[in-house]
Amino acid sequence: MFDGQDMTPPTLEIRNVTKTYSVKQGLMGKRKPLTAVRDVSLSLRKGEVLGLVGESGCGKSTLAKILLGLEAPTSGQVLVDGQALGGQNRLELARRIQPIFQDPYSSLNPRKSIADIISLPLRIHGIGDAASQQKAVRDMLDVVGLPARVMNSYPSQMSGGQRQRVAIARALIMKPEVVICDEPTSALDVSVQSQILNLLGELRREFGLTYLFISHNLAVVEHLATRVAVMYLGRIVEETNTGDLFDASAHPYTQALLKSVLTPEPGLGVPDTQLGMAYPNPIDPPSGCAFHPRCPRATDLCKQRAPRPVPMRDGHVECHLHDPETPMFERS
Amino acid sequence: MTDVLLTVKNLTIDIPVGAGTLHAVRGIDFTLNRGEVLCIVGESGSGKSLTSLAVMGLLGKRIKCTADVMDFDGTALLKASAKQMRSLRGARMSMIFQEPMTSLNPAYTIGDQLMEAMLLHGNATRAEARDRAIELLEKVGITAAASRLSQYPHQLSGGLRQRVMIAMALMCGPELIIADEPTTALDVTIQAQILRLLVDLVREMGMAMILITHDLGVVARVADKVAVMYAGELVETGPALNVFQRPLHPYTRGLLQCIPLPGKTERGAPLGTIPGIVPSLVGQVSGCTFRTRCSEATPACRDTIPLHADGPHCFRCVHADGQRHDKKESA
Repeated sequence: MFDGQDMTPPTLEIRNVTKTYSVKQGLMGKRKPLTAVRDVSLSLRKGEVLGLVGESGCGKSTLAKILLGLEAPTSGQVLVDGQALGGQNRLELARRIQPIFQDPYSSLNPRKSIADIISLPLRIHGIGDAASQQKAVRDMLDVVGLPARVMNSYPSQMSGGQRQRVAIARALIMKPEVVICDEPTSALDVSVQSQILNLLGELRREFGLTYLFISHNLAVVEHLATRVAVMYLGRIVEETNTGDLFDASAHPYTQALLKSVLTPEPGLGVPDTQLGMAYPNPIDPPSGCAFHPRCPRATDLCKQRAPRPVPMRDGHVECHLHDPETPMFERS
Repeated sequence: MTDVLLTVKNLTIDIPVGAGTLHAVRGIDFTLNRGEVLCIVGESGSGKSLTSLAVMGLLGKRIKCTADVMDFDGTALLKASAKQMRSLRGARMSMIFQEPMTSLNPAYTIGDQLMEAMLLHGNATRAEARDRAIELLEKVGITAAASRLSQYPHQLSGGLRQRVMIAMALMCGPELIIADEPTTALDVTIQAQILRLLVDLVREMGMAMILITHDLGVVARVADKVAVMYAGELVETGPALNVFQRPLHPYTRGLLQCIPLPGKTERGAPLGTIPGIVPSLVGQVSGCTFRTRCSEATPACRDTIPLHADGPHCFRCVHADGQRHDKKESA
């Protein structure tokens, strides 16, 4: 899709990545394979923000872990600036990709002071002396909306929102190239959320940062992302630029997700998503298209055969309805 | 004719802390009618959850809670004995807590936990309670309800557990439901389904619901009445339509500018922010607590703040329309 336009490699590229876990069901159960991420390919150019959306259990966080080098993919490759991840020095990798995790209760060391937590990346990389590190921490605290007096506090003395701000400060203090934001604002109050989103936007423009922004808040994704990928049961079922995805989504799952967003417009009531409740069990995925049991437009073909990715606009969609090779009567 | 279920006047909650007293909730008033959904919206630490716990009589003994009136259908909640409160809680008023992962007891089956309140209140036999549990699980959209009764919480997903919590709150047919961030931990698809269900139940059964949330999208879609809470005070209250279409308090206006509005906010453009942080509520608190973050603040904001009312739409601000008009002169 980018061939011929720009020969510089994407800042971050995921090539055919699959992650299969082996899980035991019950005490005496046999081990079964659980494919959390199934043959996923994505690429992010410098300065882009890729919003990754989908319900819990769809494999978003597993993908984030693979990108951070916390999990090795079962197969496939992750490339940063055209270089495969495995070959890179870990310190170098940490300089370039930094995470902001979802749960600020488990992502901060309870025995370290806030100043220690935020300055740890600087100390590991040997940047500046103690005084300049302290100053950097103080500046970063101000940037994330925390008073300087919390420097000597511990995570247990802080609210969830404050802790997440510490986690964000820790990730941003290295000014990394790629930031993997895993639900970074879902724990924050709206007034703080907008500050953090603005901050992420400013830093992106200023330093050309690239974000992978994982969130289930679609209004936030629409606002911040330049591209959006929709994930369902380990597959990217639709991926395109933000405008097209929100204005004219193609996949029935994307459409259902968008319909369930509660925009702050009074008088409209709560939408009826007609999705049914049950997200499928990833150990025992449905036949054919994984979405067919919940899809209002599913046909027999969807039950039998998995759809293939079809190029659409400047991305792709994976649905029989949009595949030109699907017989016409199946697409109506 | 309105059918008032809950009246709260001048509710004040003080928490003793090391350095003095934390004035967590200061003189709030609201009423709730049957068949109505009141959304209390505000940021963390604004006192939303404390207010709901006060209504339920679940504040600890250390916490000092006073009110001029706190009346639930003729019962003065603050004067009620522990026994009276026990007979109300779970039966006529019940609560849905925020965390479905931690609010269920992992050692008991779903069925035992669902039936507990009904059996405790002594208004059903075990068989009746079981039937009621199955009926409600089906109502909240859980398939194979009968077989779920013997399952343990860890066997259910987050969405299912939250549905179980809702079914549990409904077991005794309460008149008042207090839901504290009932959908915050859930996916958008499940959130929409659960909120739809709660609102339908309120309308169908003539219950009343207090929904506590910080999600303005949820408030707009669900609330009949909105109460905006800031630092322990209700700064603006009124019908949802009025508050969203014509927010009068600077804080409410600020909150609404903080969230991206699909189709209205330009993608990628900076969102509105509210600078500064919530002030400490320990010790003497006077004047408008929002003045340190407010773009409309004047020296008069340190004084007692009047309450303006435009029909049912009220707000607390020194400016009669929530805006100062002397900006040009002072600039």
